[in-house]
Amino acid sequence: MSKYNLTHLKELESEAIYVIREVFAQFEKPGILFSGGKDSIVVTHLARKAFWPARIPFPLVHIDTGHNFPETIAFRNDLAKEIGAELVVPLVQESIDKGRVREETGKDASRNWLQITTLLDAIEENGFDALMGGARRDEEKARAKERFFSHRDDFGQWDPKNQRPELWNIFNGKKNFGEHFRVFPISNWTEMDVWQYILSENIAIPSLYIAHNRDVIRRGGTWLPNSEFIKLREGEEIVNKKIRFRTLGDITITGGDESDADTLEKIVAEVAAARQTERGNRADDKRSETSMEDRKKEGYF
Amino acid sequence: MDNTYLDMELLRFTTAGSVDDGKSTLIGRLLYDSKSIFEDQLDQVETSSKKRGLDHTDLALLTDGLRDEREQGITIDVAYRYFATPKRKFIIADTPGHIQYTRNMVTGASTANLALILIDARHGVVEQTCRHSFIASLLQIPHLVVCINKMDLVDYSEEVFEKIKAQYESFAAKLDVHDIRFIPISALKGDNVVNKSEKMSWYQGSTLLYTLENIHIASDQNHIDCRFPVQTVIRPKQDEYHDFRGYAGRVAGGVFKKGDEVAVLPSGFTSKIQAIHTMTGEIDEAFAPMSVTMTLEDDIDLGRGDMIVRTHNRPDVSQEVDIMLCWFNQTGPMPRAKFTLMHASNEVKAMINKVQYKLDINTLHRNEEDLDIKMNDILRVSVRTTKPLMKDSYRKNRLTGSVILVDDATNETVAAGMII
Ligand SMILES: Nc1nc2c(ncn2[C@@H]2O[C@H](COP(=O)(O)OP(=O)(O)O)[C@@H](O)[C@H]2O)c(=O)[nH]1
Repeated sequence: MSKYNLTHLKELESEAIYVIREVFAQFEKPGILFSGGKDSIVVTHLARKAFWPARIPFPLVHIDTGHNFPETIAFRNDLAKEIGAELVVPLVQESIDKGRVREETGKDASRNWLQITTLLDAIEENGFDALMGGARRDEEKARAKERFFSHRDDFGQWDPKNQRPELWNIFNGKKNFGEHFRVFPISNWTEMDVWQYILSENIAIPSLYIAHNRDVIRRGGTWLPNSEFIKLREGEEIVNKKIRFRTLGDITITGGDESDADTLEKIVAEVAAARQTERGNRADDKRSETSMEDRKKEGYF
Repeated sequence: MDNTYLDMELLRFTTAGSVDDGKSTLIGRLLYDSKSIFEDQLDQVETSSKKRGLDHTDLALLTDGLRDEREQGITIDVAYRYFATPKRKFIIADTPGHIQYTRNMVTGASTANLALILIDARHGVVEQTCRHSFIASLLQIPHLVVCINKMDLVDYSEEVFEKIKAQYESFAAKLDVHDIRFIPISALKGDNVVNKSEKMSWYQGSTLLYTLENIHIASDQNHIDCRFPVQTVIRPKQDEYHDFRGYAGRVAGGVFKKGDEVAVLPSGFTSKIQAIHTMTGEIDEAFAPMSVTMTLEDDIDLGRGDMIVRTHNRPDVSQEVDIMLCWFNQTGPMPRAKFTLMHASNEVKAMINKVQYKLDINTLHRNEEDLDIKMNDILRVSVRTTKPLMKDSYRKNRLTGSVILVDDATNETVAAGMII
């Protein structure tokens, strides 16, 4: 490789840092939507790099469904402390208590849809005008056309027909009062890029990603973690398996895979050989083929 | 661990072809043969293929987002897709070839190192082939790969291939592209896509994938003319960095070295680079497209929108600029309308003073009579700005030579332009 040439990871890193700095420069009150998953952890890491030696000038915003893995919460708190970032934690439970949303019932109930209201309320209350997230275009069909700077109207909704063209590296973050943007600095990364980057930068991630023994239940073709929120159904039993999670969402809907990958190197090898897309195990995407598109239009991440 | 992954380069390419030339099939094949398709995605495609009554798995359905839209006549847009081989990671800007969508092709082309142009071997060069090629040339995509597809339907004939090649070359003489290659393929059967075709032994060249993996892209960046648009100023609040004043940005051209004499534009003050910072330590030099933070030896008042350059190699600083403009919006501009012009990290107010001509992108004819600006028009205009731009010609630098126009009333990006 010639001397003045970047590896693809360095080029992706540089692109993401550029985008994050644009957000800082173009918006008044930006934040990072922090889910505790590896993608938002990478975005946070990139934000540190973008402003070093200053501290990251954004709060970490975590929409707390109350259905978390305890490991995620501990990790979030430690990270915020370590990097000196402010934490903003809007609670779905509060939206329920205030009567803004009603808890789903039935056997596949989850708090996934409810988060949208909590998020949009939090945007309004805190006056956020841009929220950065770790979504990638390779994750899902509906995201292949997503912009880096994704405009949301004053109801927080995404209009796929009315997105601004993005050319070169010029990002138009202009908006009217009440509107906001979602920004995706790692749009161009794949799952493999994310893992390689975590490995090469030695970024700390929640232990959930690494193979560990856990009580789980076989459901919907995946291993759902046992938790206080889960009710055993007819014929189901709790077993202990060595598993790891490829994505982290609510503990109620995130399935794990049996795995022996207990180091980052082994995870990368496993991802390289993987036969299933990472979202394949998320019950929220399985509800309907277009479910992601539907949620996005409503203002999902 | 196998570390080759950490040595990969990134190639961004755009695809274009008329409807039914086989673009989706080709992309599907590249994704499939490079094992970028997961089992659950393949399952979905198999199910959809059956639903449509096909007896084979239609790889084109892997990118069916756009196909469905096309059928329903709704949004047609640029979709980005990813695949990797041990040598390179690829980003495909997949743009629909429909006649109206100049805007999407321009968008997809703006970041591409390479354009992949598809021609149906049965039809040869058609109007849309010319249009796509012209846009690739206008957007200064350094490499063109012309795939003559459906060779299986013309008996893998060398004569057909050579005829289309000659036809294309005679048209391409008018273009500003210097690296054009031709590959005879069958996207459906896989000939010369990933594997060399046994049916076309007369073809001595490389397969498409080999070409994509090996085409030389390191010199696509401008490493001569140093340009550093300042995005923001970093002033840490921590005591230990009390006096730190760093200029954050992404190198848009050239190589900046510690100790270099630099000028700051538009003020013209000069100083030296004290250090180039990254979180993992200081580095001796920074080149495009690296994101870094620079400190200067002197305290100079400088901020977002300013540009750091070398003292002896400066961009043009001017309030008059000629631009090849591509108009994106449904409605044309009002007479004497003002826009916000975004250029590098700079933002100024601008007005279109004069439309010089409109370009017919099929014939490259310059029309000086009909100067009405409509959606998807490409025009040469003279623009006046309220503050100076630090600009290069687009031919010299795609980043300091490009602009967008934003309508202040709607905030929409209404046009994109290349500085002449
Ligand atoms: N015989 C043959 N058919 C092809 C080839 N490539 C594509 N096709 C067919 O041409 C039609 C249009 O292809 P598609 O990929 O959907 O075209 P697109 O509109 O450019 O995306 C489909 O029926 C394909 O199966 C090829 O190399 N040979």
